[in-house]
This record gives sequence, C-alpha cells and structure tokens, in this order.
Amino acid sequence: MKILMLGWELPPHNSGGLGVACLNLSRALAKDGAEIDFVVPYEATHEDITFMRVLSASHLDPLFRYGIGAYDTKYIEDLIIPDVRIPDAISQDQISIRHIQKTYCDFVEKYLMEYRPDLVHAHDWLTFEAGVLAKKNFGIPLVAHVHATEFDRAGGNGGNPLVHEIEYEGLTLADKILAVSESTKRIIEEKYGIPGEKIDVVYNSLDETFLNSVYSLDSEEYLYLRQLKSAGFTIVSTVGRFTIQKGLSHLLRAAAKAVRKNPKLLFVFAGDGEERNELVARAAELGISKNVIFTGFIRGKQLRDIYELSDVFVMSSISEPFGLTALEAAHHGDVLILTKQSGVSEVIRSSLKYDFWDENKLANAILSVANSPALRETLKDGIRAEYQKISWGDVAQKCLNAYNNIKHKRV
Amino acid sequence: MRGICLYLHIHQPFRYRGYSIFDVGANENYFFDPDYNSKQSNERIFKKVAEKSYYPTFSLLEKNLKQHPGFKFSLSITGTWLEQAEMWAPDLIERLKKMIKTGRVDLVAETYYHSMSYFYNLDEFKSQVEKQVSTFKRLFDYSPKVFRGTELTYNDSMGKVVESLGFKACLAEGWDKILGWRSPNFVYSAAGTKSLKLLLKNYRLSDDLAFRFSDKNWKDWPLTVEKYEAWLNDACLNGNVINLFMDFETFGEHQWKDTGIFEFMDRLIASWLSKFDNQFLTVSDRATESPAGELSFPWTVTWADTERDLSAWMGNKLQDEAMSNLYALRDRIYQSKNPELIEDFRKLTTSDHAYYMCTKYWNDGDVHAYFSAYDSPYDAFMYFLNILHSLEYRLSS
Repeated sequence: MKILMLGWELPPHNSGGLGVACLNLSRALAKDGAEIDFVVPYEATHEDITFMRVLSASHLDPLFRYGIGAYDTKYIEDLIIPDVRIPDAISQDQISIRHIQKTYCDFVEKYLMEYRPDLVHAHDWLTFEAGVLAKKNFGIPLVAHVHATEFDRAGGNGGNPLVHEIEYEGLTLADKILAVSESTKRIIEEKYGIPGEKIDVVYNSLDETFLNSVYSLDSEEYLYLRQLKSAGFTIVSTVGRFTIQKGLSHLLRAAAKAVRKNPKLLFVFAGDGEERNELVARAAELGISKNVIFTGFIRGKQLRDIYELSDVFVMSSISEPFGLTALEAAHHGDVLILTKQSGVSEVIRSSLKYDFWDENKLANAILSVANSPALRETLKDGIRAEYQKISWGDVAQKCLNAYNNIKHKRV
Repeated sequence: MRGICLYLHIHQPFRYRGYSIFDVGANENYFFDPDYNSKQSNERIFKKVAEKSYYPTFSLLEKNLKQHPGFKFSLSITGTWLEQAEMWAPDLIERLKKMIKTGRVDLVAETYYHSMSYFYNLDEFKSQVEKQVSTFKRLFDYSPKVFRGTELTYNDSMGKVVESLGFKACLAEGWDKILGWRSPNFVYSAAGTKSLKLLLKNYRLSDDLAFRFSDKNWKDWPLTVEKYEAWLNDACLNGNVINLFMDFETFGEHQWKDTGIFEFMDRLIASWLSKFDNQFLTVSDRATESPAGELSFPWTVTWADTERDLSAWMGNKLQDEAMSNLYALRDRIYQSKNPELIEDFRKLTTSDHAYYMCTKYWNDGDVHAYFSAYDSPYDAFMYFLNILHSLEYRLSS
C-alpha cells in the first residue's frame, strides 16, 4: 500500500509531540509493509530515517531551535519570510504560516501529477488543505489524523476562525478521521458536527527511542538536585510549551499551597514559551521562587535526565489531546499526576487524576505522593505494568484497519 | 429430611468523603458529605439501596414468614447499617423487630463496624463484637449464639477466640482447598476448639443466586425454580442441609428486580416447603447438630474473589500503610477519652475502606472499580491518610 503522509515536522526538527508521533507511526506502518512518502514543509536531511522517503515541500530552513511549529509562527515570520506583505484583514501571525502552507500545497499538487498513492494521511490542520486538494482534485481517499484541534490550542477559548474553517473542511471531506483520544473525538463530534462512526480513536504510544537507546544518568551531574533529594526533597516536574493550554499557572498556585504544608518540594518547569515570564513572576509573587526551577527548553538526554531525577510528573493541561510526555516520564519511573482533560489519562489507570482547575486536589495529590512511600511505590508498580500496553504496532494496525475500511467502501 | 439454611448479610459502611489535606485542622466531618449527590454520600447510597433492595426484600421475607410457618432464615446486620437505618429509614428497624419477634429469624454476631480488627488488634476486635452483641440485645432483645467473621474470614486461631467469647458456632466459606473430599453440607467441629461448630457456605449453590443468576452467558441461564430445586435435591444426597449464605443485596441490588430474582425466591420458598419433609433452618438450629467430623482452617479463608483470601483488604502497600497507621493511633485515641474521636476511629476500621484501596485488578478496570465510591484506589488512600493526619492533629491539640 502506497501512502502519502502529510506532516509538519519530524525529529530532530520538531517542537513537540506531533513529530514524534508521526515518526513512530510511520516506522510501525512501514514495518507492516506500507510504502510511505512523507512530506515536510522544510528542507533537511533525516539520515536516521530509512524506512520511508522524506520529501521537502520547500527550501526553507528547518530552524533547529524551534522547528517550524504551528505554535511558534512569529519565529518563522522573523527568520524566513521577512518580506511578506501583510494584508490588513489577516493578523501577522497568520500570514507567515499561510505562506508556507501555500507552498506545501503547491508541492503536493506537483507530486500528485507524477505519483498515484493509494491514500493520503494528513496530520493536523497544518496539512489538511493539501489533503483536501488531493481528495478534491485527484480523487485520492483522505485520512485526517487529529493530534490537536484549534479548540485545544486555544485553551478552551475561541481560537482562530480561519484555522477552524480549515479543520472543518478537512474533517468533513475526510473519508476517515483518527483522533488521539476519546476526548478529542468528542470535540470533533461536538464542535464540528462530525458523526462519531467516522472517527476512530487511536491512542499514541511511547516514543521508541526511549526503549531502543541506552540511557544512563551521569553520576557527576545535577549535584544540586541530588543533594536536595538526599535531604528529603521530592522533585515534581512538568515538561512542555509554556502556553495557556498547559494550565501551568494552576500548577504554580497548587505548588504554593503544597509548599506551605511541606517545604521539601522542588518543582522543575522544563520548557519555554509565551507564558514563561509571567510564570517566573507568579512564582515570585507566591513566594515560592526557591522551590521552582525553570530549565528553559530542553530535549534529548537532558530531558530524560529530568524525568529520571523526578519523583513526580504533572501534566496540568487544560486541554491535552494525548500527552506523550506522560508516557516518557512513566518510562523513567515517575509517578503521574494528570488532568482528567488529558487524553493520556484515559489510558493510564495507575495515576492520580484531577480536574485542571482543582488546585486543592492537585496540591493534595502532590503532598500525598511526597508524604507516602506506600502510595509512591504502588503507583510505580502499577504504571510499570501498564504504560506500554499500547505499542506503535497496535497503533499502526488500527490505522491499517481504517485504510482497509476505506478501500472496501470505495470498491 | 432436607433443609435450606438461608443466611443473609446486611451492611453499609460509613464511606469517608473526599477529605483534603487542607481540611485538616479546619473540618472534622469525615463521613457526612455535604453534597448529597457526591460519590461518597452515604445517605444517597443508603436510600438508593433501600429502594432497590431493602424494602422489596423485607416485603418478600415478611410475606413468606406470614404464609409459611416453616419459613426461617438468619441475618447479620452490621452496627454501621443500623446507625444509617436509624437516620434514613427507621421503619426498616421496626420491621426487623417484628420479624425477629416471630422467633423464626435468627441473628448472627460479628464486629459492629464490619472490620478486620481481628488481624490488627484483638482488644479492638473483642470490644467491637461486644458492642454488636449489646446492640442486638438493646434493639431486638436477642442474644446471638453464632458468629461470622467480616467477609466470612475464618482460621483456626480465630475459632478459639470466637469460642472464648461464648459463641456456639461460626460461619465460614466451604472452600474446596479446606474441605478436600468432604461436603460443605455437614456441620463440623472446629479444630483446636473445645466444642465450636463450623457452618460452611455451599458456595456453588449460593453463588448461582448471588452472582450467576442474571448472567446471560451462563450455560444454565435462565435459572428456573425447578432446575435449582433439582440441584438442591442432588446436593442433599451428601449432607442433607444446604447453607445458602449471601449478601442481602443479592436481592434487588446485585440482581436487579427485572432479572426476576424476587419472583424466583418467592416461588422457591413455596415450592421447597410444599415437598414432604423439606424444611428451612436457621444457623442456630444447625448449631445444635452433632458434627460429622473435625475441620481445620490452617490459613485464613474468606468468601471473596477467586482467591478466597484477604488480598482484597490486606493485599497491597496502600492498605497496609493505611490500616497499620490507623491502628497505631488506637491507644492514644482511647486515652484521650474523647468519644467523638473514638467513634471516628472505629468507623475508620470498617473493612470497606481498605477494599476501595485494592489494586489487584485495577489496571484491567474490573468489578472492584464498579463497587468503589472513589475515582481510584489511590484517591481512596489519599483521603484516608488525610483523615489520619486530622486524627493526629486532634490528638495533639
């Protein structure tokens, strides 16, 4: 089966979980015999990727530091297309990414004049227009894979109407929709009026590089964190982009409540984003600056070190379609505290769950884990047994089932 | 003669509410959730079960006591249930009094708080049994002669303690690993005791009603009175009295009304008694039988799960930590002579609290989760530990 996969990023040129999920999914599909051409909007070599062809839709630079994320559009504008003219009607953030999307569509169109894939599999709104083009102009079946909707990114607020429109068109025209969680499926049903039977839930799995690469924590590093740990501190970490969607100000307020009861708590905020300065200021206002460490953006081994040193991982998202980082933290033995609004909380039963606004409950959970070795051990034992129960092979199988259903329907 | 010894267990725990660490020092209400609709609202749950099970089953039992002079049965009723009934359905207690007055309803003793105190603190165990016995005396003017351990826990050394408290017989699970080739239908003498008798649950025939009755995947579904009576008759060939021991809530709550369980029981009683020489017996009746032999329980057996052991209550670190920390406070709590504190402590010994912390099958998401009043075993544990902090706070202030 020949699949044209439309994506926006692949590791190491990724800014978040989207690239990781796309890479692992493609690898598993290729293992099952799928031939994949994967389009990215930038130009870069992906030496590690041998199981599929990676095609560049443009000569743009992949921007090592930030990736071409849907989430960091202002960098794209500053660095790549400084001479774009901005019509009055469209905001600055929009114009730059729209330009890239246009180029991306042009490339897909040219590709389809030469090649005839059995199916187009498009990931998120960024590539939906190109997917719709393939469906409308070339009659190729479209699978729309939703890793996040604009409703998630806007943190429950309205979001961008143009993005809504693109999502709506893509989801309506798709032959099949894959959603990364039941809650994402619900959003697609409720907000876009798509019938539930058109949507399959396909959970993500743990990034295979965590399983396949050798990892060890260097005993000479992080001496301060180790010192705190041996002094009885509990290390609570969170990882991600610092945007409103992640609910970090709730976490910070819960941290302040918890620290008042138990000062031996250290919170590690790993990541960066538009809320960073506000969070730093908030920590100071709450009088817990000494208990909160901001690491800046980290990835690779450094990120794994943080997971490894942490006792507890908190996913405080207001809306989190899946939340791959929770599985990564689980792999490193962290106890998980997850909002009920995260997709991953649908999969992992051995975790503590709360509603994102319930700061008392979060503080209570943090204190309980810090104070009770029994709770910590029981949760760890539980998660060890279940965090890998869904493999990327299972995910690929679900995709293949969806592909085959479309094929049968069309015959 | 062929007989059925029907024994039903009535219980409701005082579930503790979602007690936050921020409540410690500020709020000492553990058991009464101000939100009537919350998962832990004891009043809501009691009233729901009363409507589905207690009222219709009481009616069924009353009707059959009236219609059939030969109908008898036995009940255990926990103190925590009686307290809730006094608050939320006092008419049930009046109806119990009337039934017990007929002399055909037997009461079985146990720990007032439905606790596993036997395994943690023998003094607490004995005083909870005494409290239960005196409650029966006060409410029903009844002195029980037969005992049951919480969740039908039994082992040889427990038998000695039970005998020392003055009981003539004790109930236990008729578990194959204990019985071997022997039948659960006979009365046995308890190994290591002077004359304590053991009455054993016939779990196959009991569970046909308690668990399988409405299971459409069961090969014998739907179960008819004729079919079940034939099984009872077959079983009576090997020991002529069948002990049917089950939760009271089998009727109406575990098996809903629409499964036909009420009609089934109604017809079974009438049909059974219409046959020559068929009887119903109470557990006290059976306690006068001479034993068929001696039986030893070298390890603890319960009526729970496929393991028939204590692992649902004492199987993980959460349960161990919660309960051992609770019992560790006992001496100080009694020394405080603060009646509210003592009562709160005792309500916390109820075994259901540990059951909600069971993680045995949690990852698979099974029945334990269905019966839980909490989002997860971890939540149950966290609230419990917060309450322990509160007890500590009260002790030191």
